[in-house]
Amino acid sequence: MVDLALDRTVGRPSRWIAGLKRGGPRLWIGSALVGVLVLAALLAPLLAPHDPIEQDLMSAQLPPAWVTGGDPAYLLGTDSLGRCVLSRLIYSARTAVAVALIAASLAAAIGIALGLVAGSFGGWVDQVISRLIDVWMAFPPVLLSIVLAAVIGAGLTSVIAAIVVVDWTRFARVIRAETMVQQQRDYASAARVIGLSRGGILRLEILPNLIPLLVTLLAVEMGIAILVEVILSFVGISVAGDIPTWGGMIAEGRQIVYQAPWIMALPIGCIISSVIGFNLLGDGLRLMLDPVQRR
Amino acid sequence: MTAVLTVHDLRVAIGHRGDQTNVLRGASLEVGAGEVRGLVGESGAGKSMLGRAVLGLLPANAVIAAGIMQFEGRDLVAMPEPERRSLLGRRIALIPQDPMTSLNPVKRVGAQIANLLRHHLALSKRDALERAAELLAEVAIREPRRVLELYPHEISGGMRQRVLIAMAFACDPSLVIADEPTTALDVTVQRQVLQLVERLRQRHGAAILFVTHDLGVVAKICRTVTVLHAGRVLEEGETADVLARPRHPYTRALLAATPRADRPAETLRPVPPALIENLWSEAHRLDRQLAMAAL
Repeated sequence: MVDLALDRTVGRPSRWIAGLKRGGPRLWIGSALVGVLVLAALLAPLLAPHDPIEQDLMSAQLPPAWVTGGDPAYLLGTDSLGRCVLSRLIYSARTAVAVALIAASLAAAIGIALGLVAGSFGGWVDQVISRLIDVWMAFPPVLLSIVLAAVIGAGLTSVIAAIVVVDWTRFARVIRAETMVQQQRDYASAARVIGLSRGGILRLEILPNLIPLLVTLLAVEMGIAILVEVILSFVGISVAGDIPTWGGMIAEGRQIVYQAPWIMALPIGCIISSVIGFNLLGDGLRLMLDPVQRR
Repeated sequence: MTAVLTVHDLRVAIGHRGDQTNVLRGASLEVGAGEVRGLVGESGAGKSMLGRAVLGLLPANAVIAAGIMQFEGRDLVAMPEPERRSLLGRRIALIPQDPMTSLNPVKRVGAQIANLLRHHLALSKRDALERAAELLAEVAIREPRRVLELYPHEISGGMRQRVLIAMAFACDPSLVIADEPTTALDVTVQRQVLQLVERLRQRHGAAILFVTHDLGVVAKICRTVTVLHAGRVLEEGETADVLARPRHPYTRALLAATPRADRPAETLRPVPPALIENLWSEAHRLDRQLAMAAL
């Protein structure tokens, strides 16, 4: 027999390209939006034209530069204290990205662990975890976050803690159900027949099947985390007052929305595009990672 | 001939307490080294359950009520879980029923075979893939190296079944349980698969327990056959004898129900389990009376 492609034991590059094609426009638009957000957060000091907390009361409430009366130095105008809106938007991305990444990852880690345990062991272990999830989900999540943030005190850590404590159930519930489904599949019993232990089956056989789902959940969760952070900073119990946040900007802009609507509209636009970005990226990655997925 | 597998008076009940159904009611069976034994019976006769009991794959609500299962002289019923796991896949292997669902959909064929080899034979990743390619060549898969790179959904059902057969024989087991491996395949592929199983059996020197409802398949490949009905063994012996001169009316009915081109099909006239139950207890009563008389 002719030995074909002896040294091409791994054909990864073509797989990646195929995967990127499967991801489609969702993947591209999603990663572009998220990419812009992350870059803004990382490079904030370089990108921002002004110090975000530097006040210039002489040029307060300037409209964006292209509107009559705008100042080219303040591209997106200034707020009521004369602070550069563009710079504040860019710096706010830092808080948003930090919260999104850290809170979503921690919530995922806790939720996945508990979901896998509940789904694979079943019995009383599953009963305990499932009831815990039920009780947890009976609380209104935003209210719980606000109470938590108020109790722990303001600051980045408490915002993250509030989100993790509330949102691990989202992962646990879905992972538990999907683990149960996957465990009933023939390939899982086939894995038992080749002598893998329960842990081995979970890690080597079931977890890879959960990855497309997990990626989607994680991306959606990052969007949700951004929203929760916005809500908390809107009511003023997020990070310290001198750190700009989108929620804080909306709260400030709300009072002068008739005189200077851009102050409120611009952070809202940022929030919408970030959340849409994360959702599209999640969808795109799921399509890309799932080899069986067909459109 | 030493027995690879001895099953004696195996009783398995399924269901919850108070509502149990006996699926195996004292089934006995012996498979000698290198023997190919057919295990036939209509749907619900308990033939798959017997195979699953040997593999330790009984459903969660099934219990082994009584009986002996020995593999190469070792007690499978009392065997601790780790010891059983070290046997599965290495000494006892399964060719599963449905090739479409028995491979993990998100892992490449090569990774799945290599995983098995690494688990039991402690090969390096590179050696395992090398060996996997040889195994695929052995089951007449062209371009084995290319197939190693593919996902299960990218290859045909017949090919998947051949991959599963290769995996079953990969670690030179002494017993292979084939659970209706040809049922999900079309007739032309069936023949190839049967020939392949027979060839690999000869090469690797394994015994095969061939679970099927297809007497045609039994006639082709099995030297001995056990006929199971309602959880009990009705008849066993050399395939040629059993098929040519069936002693039990049920075997006759099973034979008559096999579709053939030269005569119209006859529906299977089942012998009601209740009737057999009565015959059985009647026989036991007579035995006891005789024993008493002898005293």
